[in-house]
Amino acid sequence: MTLLDVRHLSVAFGGIQAVSDVALRMAHGQIVTVIGPNGAGKTTLLSAIAGIIPASGSVTFGGVDLARHTVESRVAGGLSLVPEKRELFAGMTVAENLRLGGWRLRAQGFRAATRAMDECYALFPRLAERRGQRAGTLSGGERQMLAMARALMAKPTLLMLDEPSLGLAPLIVRDIFRTIRALRETGVSILLVEQNARAALAISDYGYVLEGGRIALEGDGAALAADPRIVEMYLGTAAR
Amino acid sequence: MTLRWAIPALALCVVLPWLPGLPLFWVTLANLIGISAIVVTGLVVLTGIGGMTSFAQASFLGFGAYTTAILSTRYGLNPWLGLPAAMAAAGLAAAAIGAITLRLKAHYLALGTIAWSVSLFFLFGNLDILGRNDGISAIPPLTIAGFRLVDVRLSATLIGVSVVGVIAATHNLLDSRWGRAIRALRGGAMAAASCGVDIARARMLAFVYAALLAGLAGWLFAHLQRAVNPTPFGLYAGIQYLLMAVVGGAAYLPGALLGSALVVIVNDRLQDWLPKLLGTSGNFEIIAFGLLLVLVLQVAPEGLWPHITRRRRHTHPRPIAAMALPKRVAAQANRAFEVANLRRNFGGLVAVADLSFTLAPGELLALIGPNGAGKSTSFNLLTGVTRPSAGTVHLMGRDVTGLSAPAMAEGGVARSFQHVKLVAGMSVIENVALGAHLRGHASPLRSILRLDRAEEARQFAEAATQLAHVGLGDLADRPATSLALGQQRIVEIARALAADPAVLLLDEPAAGLRHAEKQVLAALLRRLAASGMAILLVEHDMDFVMNLADRLVVMDFGTVIAEGPPEQIRQNPAVIEAYLGGVA
Amino acid sequence: MDQSIFLILLQDGVVNGAIYALLALCLVMVFAVTRVILIPQGELVSFAALTYATLDTGHVPASLYLLGGLGGAAFLRAAWAKRGTALLWLAVETLVLPAGIAGVTVWLAPQKPGVAVEVLLALAITAPLAPYLYRLAFQPLANASVLVLLVASVGAHLALGGLGLLIFGPEGSRGPGFSTAMLSLGDQVVPGQSLWILGLTLTAMAGLYLFFEFTLLGTALRAVAVNRLGARLVGIRTEQAGLIAFTLAGILGALSGVLVAPLTTIYYDSGFLIGLKGFVAAIVGGLASYPLAVLAALVVGLVESFSAFWASAFKEVIVFTVIIPVLLWRSWRHQDLEDEE
Repeated sequence: MTLLDVRHLSVAFGGIQAVSDVALRMAHGQIVTVIGPNGAGKTTLLSAIAGIIPASGSVTFGGVDLARHTVESRVAGGLSLVPEKRELFAGMTVAENLRLGGWRLRAQGFRAATRAMDECYALFPRLAERRGQRAGTLSGGERQMLAMARALMAKPTLLMLDEPSLGLAPLIVRDIFRTIRALRETGVSILLVEQNARAALAISDYGYVLEGGRIALEGDGAALAADPRIVEMYLGTAAR
Repeated sequence: MTLRWAIPALALCVVLPWLPGLPLFWVTLANLIGISAIVVTGLVVLTGIGGMTSFAQASFLGFGAYTTAILSTRYGLNPWLGLPAAMAAAGLAAAAIGAITLRLKAHYLALGTIAWSVSLFFLFGNLDILGRNDGISAIPPLTIAGFRLVDVRLSATLIGVSVVGVIAATHNLLDSRWGRAIRALRGGAMAAASCGVDIARARMLAFVYAALLAGLAGWLFAHLQRAVNPTPFGLYAGIQYLLMAVVGGAAYLPGALLGSALVVIVNDRLQDWLPKLLGTSGNFEIIAFGLLLVLVLQVAPEGLWPHITRRRRHTHPRPIAAMALPKRVAAQANRAFEVANLRRNFGGLVAVADLSFTLAPGELLALIGPNGAGKSTSFNLLTGVTRPSAGTVHLMGRDVTGLSAPAMAEGGVARSFQHVKLVAGMSVIENVALGAHLRGHASPLRSILRLDRAEEARQFAEAATQLAHVGLGDLADRPATSLALGQQRIVEIARALAADPAVLLLDEPAAGLRHAEKQVLAALLRRLAASGMAILLVEHDMDFVMNLADRLVVMDFGTVIAEGPPEQIRQNPAVIEAYLGGVA
Repeated sequence: MDQSIFLILLQDGVVNGAIYALLALCLVMVFAVTRVILIPQGELVSFAALTYATLDTGHVPASLYLLGGLGGAAFLRAAWAKRGTALLWLAVETLVLPAGIAGVTVWLAPQKPGVAVEVLLALAITAPLAPYLYRLAFQPLANASVLVLLVASVGAHLALGGLGLLIFGPEGSRGPGFSTAMLSLGDQVVPGQSLWILGLTLTAMAGLYLFFEFTLLGTALRAVAVNRLGARLVGIRTEQAGLIAFTLAGILGALSGVLVAPLTTIYYDSGFLIGLKGFVAAIVGGLASYPLAVLAALVVGLVESFSAFWASAFKEVIVFTVIIPVLLWRSWRHQDLEDEE
């Protein structure tokens, strides 16, 4: 069953088309990756789906057209984004960040939120150790974990991750990707945007390659990973 | 806009007040409008164009008015001699207050002016020499050849001439080297600084200029009313001047006149109607003004002027025969840039850990790396926007570590920005001319008096040359922000070239360009390099970079992970790993 | 100056400082959550004080017109922007609530119900003005710059000031004290009113602290203040947060008005100067630090009371010039070149 259906999505800043006529579909329970070189429009694409920036075209999520939905109401509908800049509440503790992540569930009471927090701590034991620490003082990897955990507190149907491995050391990147795979087992669908093409494609059911704001290639994760054109796209074609 | 309107306007000032049948009451109202318009013109420069919101203009009016009042009553000085004194008092007060307050940004500055305004109001009302709250009365009127200007129609002519003069002077100032600097303050301060503009000086210039106009208005006010007291110089009056600017259109010179006329007339009518309507007297018009201010901001934040006139595009005359600007004497050095162990932390975050490279004259060097590798911070470190935490930068053999952006520009560095920073209210060619700021010398006063025309012609000829150079010559008179983003990037390159730099730093120049345009850009950059310019570029388009650069420096995690010619970089396993990632 | 005068001035300064502190806290909070610098806070102070004083004379205060009028206008503005969704709750908040408050006031006022009830009525009549003001003036400008919001705020101050003159007239009045008791502490006599002021301000501050530290709603407001996008990404609606911040500011501003009413004669425009002093304190705290703002408010109160003794004519000049060195110090700390919008 189709979870997310993006059609003819275009975003323009000033005179420049950052994303042009993108079509993207994914089903429940899938991990789908969008890869592409720097400046290809990946972050713009996710921001448009999350409703942070205006776009033309249509985004349908769980059968609902999101055209008139704000960021907040998309979150309430089960669509969460972990942005590239994490956007944590820097002066607040890890626990407070998580509790706010559960804002969507506030009607279900304190008990439910605490249970959700415990699940997050189980998924990211490092965060449990740091629960009293301010988010601004965390290391890069811990921040990424907190950003993911905060988004998971809202019990999203679809979690969108923008460059989760950005600026992180290889060992931590491995942890993050392992967690992403584990999340899928719990029924969360994941739309991943990554520069780390190899790692992302290795865990994906399907992948899109974005270049210059357009979908240049798409296919199964494994097939894409083997495609020699990917290398070309990242490092440029050989000089003539 | 040319000043051809000034002569008929002057004639009108002389004739209009004497039209038979014109009620004197209207002339009085016109006088009030004129005095307000002078103050508001200053606010247009300061707030609408310069981006510095001031609630304190009425206080500067007060400095002017009290100065001439004291000189002419207590010391019996000729009221005409009060004019330079009034303007000097307002200007000096502004310079002193500005020195303390102008470092504040945005809303802090606005709040600062509120504090000054309240403070000065109480000061005016409590000083014995200023007559405390009663003020000073029996101020002599102005005289011309022994003839006392007590008739409002004669005053109207004087005020009208002043308004025409003020608008002409302001127009001249804005259409000059320093005027472009002031126009760049709002939203383009970083770009202007990269062209060598001393931002603090430009801000002070706008602040003092606005105060000088308020001082002039204060002088007129004192001799027209023949009495002064603190009320018209308080915060409420200051807010009203700002209201006039906002209603008329704070960024437009004609808006000053329009806003003043509207507010003064509406004020007069309301003062007439409201007490009858409400049954009591009091200054209830402020209810209407408060609502009006909020409403205008919600509905027409640009004010009314842009809604009643379509912006005419004016072509800047560019005499082909203008002499070229003096060239910078190219320093003979075999190293244009030499960067050693540069480092920058933001709090606990290390943005650039250790950057070292050299750049020779005539070389095309590309800085590449994945997102977050520290390229943008490196760029800011090399152009004086950000100070390094450690390390050294040598520019043509000279140590320039930690110098400011204007100082780097002075040293011969010019740049473009990743997020294009063209000044919104200016045409393409004016933006490029801003780049030649350091190659001109005209002072603001010379510009006001129109004595800067020869140099201006040279600056615009240079700008036109550079625009033609980058292939945008036919777009010179378009509003800069109407261009496609890719073209705006190219305009930034032209602006950088107008500074006659020795080192050119370009941040993603090819982003948003079509394939053919990229080829043109590559050819241009090769030509510039061949002429001896050192070029450093950050670029994401690998095709473009690999075909263009002589050498590449690859950054990841804030350090250099590889360096060498393109073919070598492409095979480098560390680079492939950084770009494609490892399999987790 | 002998010791007894010193102690009297000290006491004056602390009591006034406490009220400024309350206002400073509101200003910091409203700015953090909505980026609005709430100049009209002063009008709330005046209106609450005058409403309280009117109620004590057994009359129905004219501020009910203001409540109904602003409520109705807020309804129309918000209904127009929303074009027909969630109107029921909006109507309750902006139409039914003022009607209810008016009904209770008309019923109770002639009975002279006593100071405690009068205080509560004055709060009920004045506090909702703040959220209505938010809906009318600031919510439509939610994406504007701080500077534009400041100019709009000054506009709202003008309009409310004029309405205050219209409603309350140019005459001032003074509200009854909460207590006429005089306590002696050694040689020093402390009026009961001062203790009420200190007690209520401390209670209000403690309440604010508990709300922001220990409730999810309070934490959400802080979240909006530290990272608006982050807050939206967890589903917190920023305009609702703004409405709550304004409501709190309305309650505390009205409380300050009721507290200050017995101390001095309040005119329709007195609140502005009182508010500005809270404002000086808020700026000392960088519009960001609550404890610094409170401390600065006490200093402002003391500077005011001591300068009133030595140089009474220049009292206000001195108080408002205090802000300049503070601004200077702040500006020297931030020297980075940044683009303003």
